[in-house]
Amino acid sequence: MGMAVPISRAFVVADPEKCVGCGYCELACSWTKEQVFNPLKSRIRIVRLKDIVNLSLTCRTCEDPPCVAACPRDALTQSEKTGIIMVDEEKCNGCGWCIEACPFGAITLHPERRVVIVCDTCIDRREKGLPPACIEWCPEEALELTTKDVLAQKARISATMKLFVEAGRVIMP
Amino acid sequence: MKGYAGRILRVDLSTGDVKTEPLTEEVAKKYIGGIGLGMYLWVKNSEPGVDPYSPENPLICATGPLSGTFAPTGGNGHAFVAKSPLTGGIGEAKAHGFFGAEMKRAGYDAIIIEGKAERPTYLWIDDDTVQLMNAEHLWGKTPVETEEAIRKELGDYYIRVACIGPGGERLVRFAGIMNDRSRWAGRCGMGAVMGSKNLKAIAIRGTKDVEVAHPEELEELVKVLKERAMGPASTKYRTYGTLMNFVAYTKLQTIPTHNFGRTYVEGMENWSDYINERFVVRIVGCYSCPMRCQHICVVPEGPYKGATARLEYESTWALSANCGVTRLDATVKAIEMCDEYGIDPGTSTGVVISFVMDCYEHGYLTKEDLDGIEARFGNHEAMLELIRKIGEREGIGDILAEGVKRAAEILAEKKKNPDIVKLACHIKGQEMTGYDIRSLKTAALGFMVSFRGACHNRHGAYGPDIAGKVDRFKAEKGRGKIVANIEDLYALIDSFMVCKFSRRIYVEEGGFGDFAKLYTYTTGIKVTAEDMRLTGARINVLARVINTREGFSRKDDYPYWKAMNVPVPDEGPAKGCVLTKEECDLLLDDYYEVRGYNKDGIPLPETLKKLGLDEFIPIVEARLGKKSGKKR
Repeated sequence: MGMAVPISRAFVVADPEKCVGCGYCELACSWTKEQVFNPLKSRIRIVRLKDIVNLSLTCRTCEDPPCVAACPRDALTQSEKTGIIMVDEEKCNGCGWCIEACPFGAITLHPERRVVIVCDTCIDRREKGLPPACIEWCPEEALELTTKDVLAQKARISATMKLFVEAGRVIMP
Repeated sequence: MKGYAGRILRVDLSTGDVKTEPLTEEVAKKYIGGIGLGMYLWVKNSEPGVDPYSPENPLICATGPLSGTFAPTGGNGHAFVAKSPLTGGIGEAKAHGFFGAEMKRAGYDAIIIEGKAERPTYLWIDDDTVQLMNAEHLWGKTPVETEEAIRKELGDYYIRVACIGPGGERLVRFAGIMNDRSRWAGRCGMGAVMGSKNLKAIAIRGTKDVEVAHPEELEELVKVLKERAMGPASTKYRTYGTLMNFVAYTKLQTIPTHNFGRTYVEGMENWSDYINERFVVRIVGCYSCPMRCQHICVVPEGPYKGATARLEYESTWALSANCGVTRLDATVKAIEMCDEYGIDPGTSTGVVISFVMDCYEHGYLTKEDLDGIEARFGNHEAMLELIRKIGEREGIGDILAEGVKRAAEILAEKKKNPDIVKLACHIKGQEMTGYDIRSLKTAALGFMVSFRGACHNRHGAYGPDIAGKVDRFKAEKGRGKIVANIEDLYALIDSFMVCKFSRRIYVEEGGFGDFAKLYTYTTGIKVTAEDMRLTGARINVLARVINTREGFSRKDDYPYWKAMNVPVPDEGPAKGCVLTKEECDLLLDDYYEVRGYNKDGIPLPETLKKLGLDEFIPIVEARLGKKSGKKR
């Protein structure tokens, strides 16, 4: 899991085919980061639109991130090396421009500290060779740490597979 | 006291008064949460003989100490408790999903709902802010529509809703309370009690932290339990689901069909595979559950194309084999209709309909009696039409909505035919579930003494029968102890508010050891496995005490007529099996002795003393003083 992906520019994604919306990721996140159980303090959030439509969402470490651009106080910066969005809690006044700017709803306001919180891919755990807490706890193995390069590879492979399956020439199991 | 929110919310719908009370450590430790805490609060807040539909019948909603934590399935449950309009005794129904955890985060271990609102109302709990909202525009809506409308009007997607459908509004006696789109507190007619209070829904949003006493120990234990939950202990639920019963139990002849007369319909041994392959589109899970069991089914083609429902063994059985129906697309449709009306599909609706079909086949009821419906066994169209009539309380449906016991009595009177009553398959007024107790004699006892009426979920005593740990065809001394032991564990499970499907992950000291650790690490209140065992017993005996207060005794512990008078007719290992009066008496005597009840099934004062139920001794003394109790 965590070990296979280099520390740089990785982020957590959920496989929509596997995610069942159980919320273990939220509990694991708030537990790890804040030692309490509270989805409002989780950096990853689940969405269940219908019973069969489930997905958990967190920061995708965009290139040229809109949240950073939106912040009027320069409280948000992106790490060159890891892509993680870092929040300067001294500067952040919880105005919420970044929350609005994020197309994935990956930024939330901490209910008590009144500053925004964003997934940092459990970087301290990763540096010790451990996976992010949400990945460790996900009972469906629906979450993984990935990079855009790996996502592109997967997309290419599945597009090719689909094409060949549709053509009735299945070449892979 | 961690884990708990430490507060009980009390809402009076008549006056609009809202207040909070502390949950004391003593009560928390003695009754845990869920049904245990719920029943305790109910008995302390009600008068003997209260009418189930009276404003004086409080409706209690309770979570457990684990709610909101990451304990497997522990985060997600809640229980409703009130006097049951089906049985007239203690009623309780539990559901899982997301609602319970949200309630804990809002800061409440239990909600006591009293009185009756003047007009349709819903309760909106936003952490400490509690409001009674107008629900006139929601009246008549299905549960899913209600949930969506409330979220929309309150403008918060993460609001969790538990609500009733039109069936609950119309006081269908087996109406349930639904939460999170497809989870049901289905049994005992808790939805009808809610409807009688003009309460359409409880909407809740909680933002508070849930904290535990011993984080490291809890995390370590939860990791072990979670591993177990993802292993062989729950394979059944994660793969074929409870539908697997059709494969496993058909051969054993333990699945009743044709209103508990026969034990087979064509092809039912293949239904597990068939349903999973044909209808299941996705298996989804509740909050903080590592197992996920909800088999969401969609009918792909034909007249019921698009019908969507979650299929479990009980609901599927009740609305297929039990009615002699073999068209399972109609079963999906039937369950979807029950979901929309908000009536218990799990069992009651199916058993009411199979009763009608049985009466029709016997010639006791005719087409004319049934608004033109040809209610033959196997007629799936008749089954669907009867569901509609019950949900609408239209024509014959108005009688059937009273539940199988009352409907049979009304029809017997109307048709001047007392034999009609013999075909109503219920215990204590609660419709029977999908186990044939003619050849499951340990289970038979469990069903007979279940405090909420016929139910497998109070004892799971089909387990030892089916596993071959005992001779399932024989009633003998010793079964009382087996049943009482499982009852104690089950009562504990339903008070912790963990899911029954996770029961096999609790293994230490018969499961009680793991619960003791979970409780200690979460709350900081130190308990032992023996404490937990006693607590399980305390909760069961408390329920019996409540039923005693409401007039129950031995006479209410006998099964339905067909189990005792119609031998299994089909070929197979159970052919000829029947449950005799002598067997029932032997089983009951044995059980009462184990439990510390007298011959009439009334708990003895010393039994109560032993379990710390001293404050309820006057209830049993009042009954022990006279031969027969007051009529309930």
